Amino acid sequence: MSLTTADTKKIAQLAKLNLNEEEVALYTTQLSDIFNTISQMSAVNTQGIEPIAHSIELGQRVRPDQVTEINQRDTFQRLAPDVEAGLYLVPKVIETE
Amino acid sequence: MEWEIVIGLEVHAQLVTKSKIFSGASTAFGADPNTQACAIDLGFPGILPVLNKEATTMAIKLGLGIHAEIAARSVFARKNYFYPDLPKGYQISQFELPIVGKGYLDILMEDGTTKRIGITRAHLEEDAGKSLHEDFNGKTGIDLNRAGIPLLEIVSEPDMRSAKEAIAYLKALHALVRYLDICDGNMQEGSFRCDANVSIRKKGETRYGTRTELKNINSFRFVERAINYEVERQIALIENGGKVIQETRLYDPNKNETRPMRGKEEANDYRYFPDPDLLPLVITEEQIAAVRSQLPELPQQKRQRFIDAYGLSPYDANVLVSNRATATYFETVVTTSNNQPKLSANWVMGELSAALNKANIEITDSPVTAEQLGQLILRISDNTISGKIAKSIFEALWNKEGDVDHIIEKRGLKQVTDTGAIESLVDSLIAKYPDKVAEYRAGKEKLFGFFVGQAMKESGGKINPQQLNEWLKKKLA
Repeated sequence: MSLTTADTKKIAQLAKLNLNEEEVALYTTQLSDIFNTISQMSAVNTQGIEPIAHSIELGQRVRPDQVTEINQRDTFQRLAPDVEAGLYLVPKVIETE
Repeated sequence: MEWEIVIGLEVHAQLVTKSKIFSGASTAFGADPNTQACAIDLGFPGILPVLNKEATTMAIKLGLGIHAEIAARSVFARKNYFYPDLPKGYQISQFELPIVGKGYLDILMEDGTTKRIGITRAHLEEDAGKSLHEDFNGKTGIDLNRAGIPLLEIVSEPDMRSAKEAIAYLKALHALVRYLDICDGNMQEGSFRCDANVSIRKKGETRYGTRTELKNINSFRFVERAINYEVERQIALIENGGKVIQETRLYDPNKNETRPMRGKEEANDYRYFPDPDLLPLVITEEQIAAVRSQLPELPQQKRQRFIDAYGLSPYDANVLVSNRATATYFETVVTTSNNQPKLSANWVMGELSAALNKANIEITDSPVTAEQLGQLILRISDNTISGKIAKSIFEALWNKEGDVDHIIEKRGLKQVTDTGAIESLVDSLIAKYPDKVAEYRAGKEKLFGFFVGQAMKESGGKINPQQLNEWLKKKLA
């Protein structure tokens, strides 16, 4: 299976990546290679084998419902480029109508 | 052309855990912005989510409440999209293997019958933060206190055929999550949110029409209005030769209209995949049994019991079970009134509910206790007082003037049932209004009410109405 450059551009757009034409060509080849590998794996007979969601054969551990975190807003916000009134500020999000 | 309306609802219920679904940050409502957003909620590099046990227990409760299968093994997945209130660039949700499978809720229809609404699934996920679009020097403010609060998304089948049915389903689900104590149900604060999928098709058609998804509906009333508006819009569109396009539409309560929010071609591509940070969630039969043993009586069961044991109409029973506090209050009234369920239902749903609404008070804070109301009803049923007098005693109870018998005694409100007293009152009225008596006897039967009114006025409403009627009929004949 081969990807087209249009596929690569769509994926880049979803991942919010700006790619130039050279990069698009390069990644199209590389992603196609990955898909080819997957195609080869698809040839293996997996009938009767239960799919796994994780490589570790364990169930998820759970924690008791307790508040263990303290307020560290000042520490975290020192790393943020822009804050005001306790809020993280980001470029205006426009809800298109 | 006859159209059939097809509605499916997606409800996001915020679970009332103390801490978040994957972190130990507090979920308390109303804290200062970002004071309850820890490194995990903020998506810092190197963080790992650890699942809150209580959130899974609450999901199991809901599953049992809708008669659904609880998955022995469910999987968390990443739902990928970019938005500033989603710090990791993905939301941890469940996709292919949700914790709760197919179930149902029976809703009460207007004619008293029930209809079964299928529930496709319910899954656990984390909430996103909040964007504040007021202008901060041309920027948007982000509060991540809500990020990571556990949500249960409950998806119905497209089984509803009118806005009324959608409301009935939503109210039944709302009652259920509150009975189960897993969600506070506050729609204004967004702890119980609803999206509606709406489409129409010609009567008799088996395939579904193209649907639109309505968002931003934060009250029961708006759900009904938004759906009705959208149905009208779709019908007008198709009847004028147009086509419905699949899109998300925002409901605007001020203008009472829906309008397109954004094209879905991009937004729909969430590229779900199992979250490598989380192992499959395993739930044992023992866990499910433990949760089941602690379930309270649920609204549907309670409704049926109220109908069977108290002889209430399905409608009354449904109103009374809509929240647990009202149901409990009602049952206390029934007990104290020495088993007068119908009268108790009328007073709880009538006088009491009106007074509470007017004063904007919850039933749990009612100035008139259930025992007092029960006592009042007892005094009506044993003929100590009339229903009319009871209303004035109710007011006195509301104003904390003491107990029922005390108020009756103090105000001298005991009903007159002494035959001699009633007879002489009737005699005095006949003597006082000879003209009216003559008119009545000449056939103006409406005047009967006039005599009843006068008798009530003179006795201060204390006269027993049945006995008064008998005497008036006898003497006026």
